Amino acid sequence: MPSIRQNTYPDLLPDFRNLAVMARVLVGVNALALAGTFYAAPAVAPAVDRFIHAAAFLEPLLLIELMVLFAASGLIARLPYWIGGAIVIVLAGVLAGAYNAMVRTVATEAVPSLSRTVVITLLVATALLAYFRLHTKAFSPALAEARLQALQARIRPHFLFNSLNAVLALIRRDPKRAERALEDIADLFRTLMSDARQFVRLADEIALLERYADIEQLRLGDRLRVSWELDAAPSDALLPPMVLQPLLENAVYHGVEPGTGVGDVLVRIERRGDRVHATIENPHLETGGQRSGNRMALENIRERLALFFDAEARLETRIANGRYRVEIEVPYRRT
Amino acid sequence: MIRVFLADDESPARERLKELLQDIAAEVPTAVAGEARNGVEALERLPASGAQVLLLDIRMPGMDGLELARHLGGLENAPAVIFVTAHDKHALEAFELNALDYLLKPVRASRLAAALKKAATAGPPRRESLARAADAPREYLSVAERHRIVLVPVRDILFLRAEQKYVTVRTREREHLIEESLIALEREFSEPFVRIHRNCLVARSAIRGFERTGAGEEEARWQVVLDGYAERLPVSRRQWPAVRELIADRP
Repeated sequence: MPSIRQNTYPDLLPDFRNLAVMARVLVGVNALALAGTFYAAPAVAPAVDRFIHAAAFLEPLLLIELMVLFAASGLIARLPYWIGGAIVIVLAGVLAGAYNAMVRTVATEAVPSLSRTVVITLLVATALLAYFRLHTKAFSPALAEARLQALQARIRPHFLFNSLNAVLALIRRDPKRAERALEDIADLFRTLMSDARQFVRLADEIALLERYADIEQLRLGDRLRVSWELDAAPSDALLPPMVLQPLLENAVYHGVEPGTGVGDVLVRIERRGDRVHATIENPHLETGGQRSGNRMALENIRERLALFFDAEARLETRIANGRYRVEIEVPYRRT
Repeated sequence: MIRVFLADDESPARERLKELLQDIAAEVPTAVAGEARNGVEALERLPASGAQVLLLDIRMPGMDGLELARHLGGLENAPAVIFVTAHDKHALEAFELNALDYLLKPVRASRLAAALKKAATAGPPRRESLARAADAPREYLSVAERHRIVLVPVRDILFLRAEQKYVTVRTREREHLIEESLIALEREFSEPFVRIHRNCLVARSAIRGFERTGAGEEEARWQVVLDGYAERLPVSRRQWPAVRELIADRP
């Protein structure tokens, strides 16, 4: 029943390939271990000593667990949440058991019993998954709101009515071009109204950018000059939807429309190693300024990037040599 | 036959208006007297065009429609103005409040015809209504001559000084006389200008410093030293504390 699911965010397992997720697992487990040793030890000095001993046993296991989850994350992510979660917990337990048995054969010191190792691992894995679930949930109102804001910010009435007006002007003189413009507008709005929670392919996002630029070109004619540098763009990369189009719209709205001359806008998207870089540049106009509306749109995009990529995405703006530039960098992910 | 001038930065929008004017020609005969792509261009071309009605987009580069309309006030035979806008919530509220005519884009032929008929008899909008509808200070002051409008960018102005019934507008190059009240100017440009005397407003950015006059036992009097302008302007005793404070605040 899609209509009921509209406003809820589906449960998702954490992405074990995300550095921020790994960091949270490492810090979380070590914090638990530290708390445990302090609780069990009579004083601070023996507690520290015990923690160091425990860490010698714990860290290799933790790293092995993370490596296995990293490798398996593609498979796990495709399963329903509960099954995937159960598999992660069982996997953690089995690995811990195997690790315990292996250490036992080479260890010179006392090793925790097999059952203790496995039970503690299962508990900790469950606790961490619960934490990640809460973490996502805590974000989901923000996401619903972000989506709403995105919609409102996206459909700039100014843009909609001016575009319709431009199409009306075309209907008699160039009906074919008018048809194409209406199709472009329809495509644009279809995307605007689509589910903002799904990743989209970069190729689709680029097609959207081009449609949008076509509509603006219709209105602004020679005043708008867009240069595209897309040769190195990885078309199979995945992005949250509506990340680039608002940036191009801002570039036109603040950098071209308020100017009396020709406005050069640059769109460059490229892959550098395992990162995807996107740059959008426009003339920086003293008069129009890139003010509050722009800041809101940027904040919104930044929030959504954080929701999709956690700490691994970056958004920066810069003003240099009379140009205003927005740069986005996200991890290169594929379908 | 009504002579109509079109000012809009988007050429399809101007084309559309021309089509509509043709469509309603039987009901309201019109002739296009001229076109412009932005406010400054419109001000250059309008006086000679003999336009009776101006169809004026609000959001235009360089100078927006509202400011343009305000500069037309001093012109002999100023045209009536019909504002045209796609969406500008603030402006629309202001128009309603001050009884200024406007049309929404996309414009309907029937509404355009009605607005033109009304405008042809109504004459130019009142300056006060326009001033009240504007939400930002003007970028230019204007001096209307017989067949043209001279624009003086506000950021080039050193000071404004009231004399008799005029206000002198002084830039580095020359001076102009305008028929506006210093009080209204002070209110509009409270940000970039500071009052130093009952009859004088000075651009804050042009102030280089102060000079003391009145030697010895006499009470101190102060004068403003301007950047790149020889004449010193006296600060009145009443304004001095306020002026000194403002300058002290400067980073």
